[in-house]
Amino acid sequence: MATSIKKVIVDPLSENNPITVQILGICSSLAVTTQVDTAFAMSVGLTLVTAFSNLVISAMRNFIPSKIRIIIELAVVSTLVIVTDQILRAYFFELSRQMSVFVGLIITNCIVMGRLEAFALQNPPGISFLDGIGNGLGYSAILMTVGSIREILGKGSWGGIVLMPQSYMDHGLNGLMVLAPGAFLCLGLIIWIQRTLIKKYETD
Amino acid sequence: MELFNLAIRNIFIENILLSTFLGMCSFLACSKKVETATGLGMAVVFVQTITAPVNWLILNYLLAPGALAWTGIPALASMDLTFLNFITFISTIAFMTQIVEMTLDKFVPSLYNSLGIFLPLIAVNCAILGGSLFMAERSYTFPQTMVYGFSSGAGWALAIISLAAIRKKLRYSNIPNGLKGLGIAMIVTGLMALGFMTFTGVNM
Repeated sequence: MATSIKKVIVDPLSENNPITVQILGICSSLAVTTQVDTAFAMSVGLTLVTAFSNLVISAMRNFIPSKIRIIIELAVVSTLVIVTDQILRAYFFELSRQMSVFVGLIITNCIVMGRLEAFALQNPPGISFLDGIGNGLGYSAILMTVGSIREILGKGSWGGIVLMPQSYMDHGLNGLMVLAPGAFLCLGLIIWIQRTLIKKYETD
Repeated sequence: MELFNLAIRNIFIENILLSTFLGMCSFLACSKKVETATGLGMAVVFVQTITAPVNWLILNYLLAPGALAWTGIPALASMDLTFLNFITFISTIAFMTQIVEMTLDKFVPSLYNSLGIFLPLIAVNCAILGGSLFMAERSYTFPQTMVYGFSSGAGWALAIISLAAIRKKLRYSNIPNGLKGLGIAMIVTGLMALGFMTFTGVNM
């Protein structure tokens, strides 16, 4: 088991990254990455939800009839998301207002459902929990990268700390990076770099 | 006229996919063939048009603060159940997709055969849940919600059909290995988002 524990944590970081290789959870990775702090909050939220929903579903896996498993999974996941949302609202209100509906959308984030279907339903609770953490970390790595690039180029700062010289910001925000198109282009390029590094290509 | 403007805005300017990034997973996975994309697009329009108004009724007559006043019981009238919105919305969506599937199967078998396989996928499409959450956040009225449901679905369909058409042509082009598939699709989507941004400011 020792090797497989390492495998479930390390694999999703690059070889089997949920975003760039498994193509899961793209929506939120684009929407919350205009700045680093929302990207970080989303990463933590998603990692915890994935890990705990994996744990719960895997503990119940022998009692869930396969026909109604989707609705049970949705119920467990949405309960966890409600808890996350209430915590964010109580302690980080400003952040939760900026993330608007995207906290709620963790429910339909394909990473959560994808890992439940692909891993938690066949494996015991402990390893499923770690699998959730691993995939959450892989997701966070991409999110933080995209968030950093977009905030530095778009707003000239990183996590609120001003990095770019004043002349860069003289014309206001860099619209291309702050608005939607920049997110798509940025993630597209990251996918290109990452797939070239690990030499994992799609054959069409 | 105001409603018409809302529709135009949601289809072109604030396109649910290209500006708020909802429904990316199925957008990328099902856009390899124009036929599949059209089928899924139609199914999303259909389900979105039904679920957004239904969720509006649930929100305004069951969950919102003071929404239970119609029962006449003072204790219920002062209750605020909005924290339950994620779990109720996702159950409504899962329930409605099931009902739509069964109704179509029974009464319009030809439509069922063309949409059938896509309907279950829609329960976990974030565009649908996102639509309902945006409806709640922007506090639309009932007629506005009906128009919003239809037009956001239509905007999504427009985007996925266009991408499928572009990807069909891309098959003959010589793309770097690492960019094949997901990478180039992201970049094309970015350029499409840039194109759709030219509609900003269009007003009837």
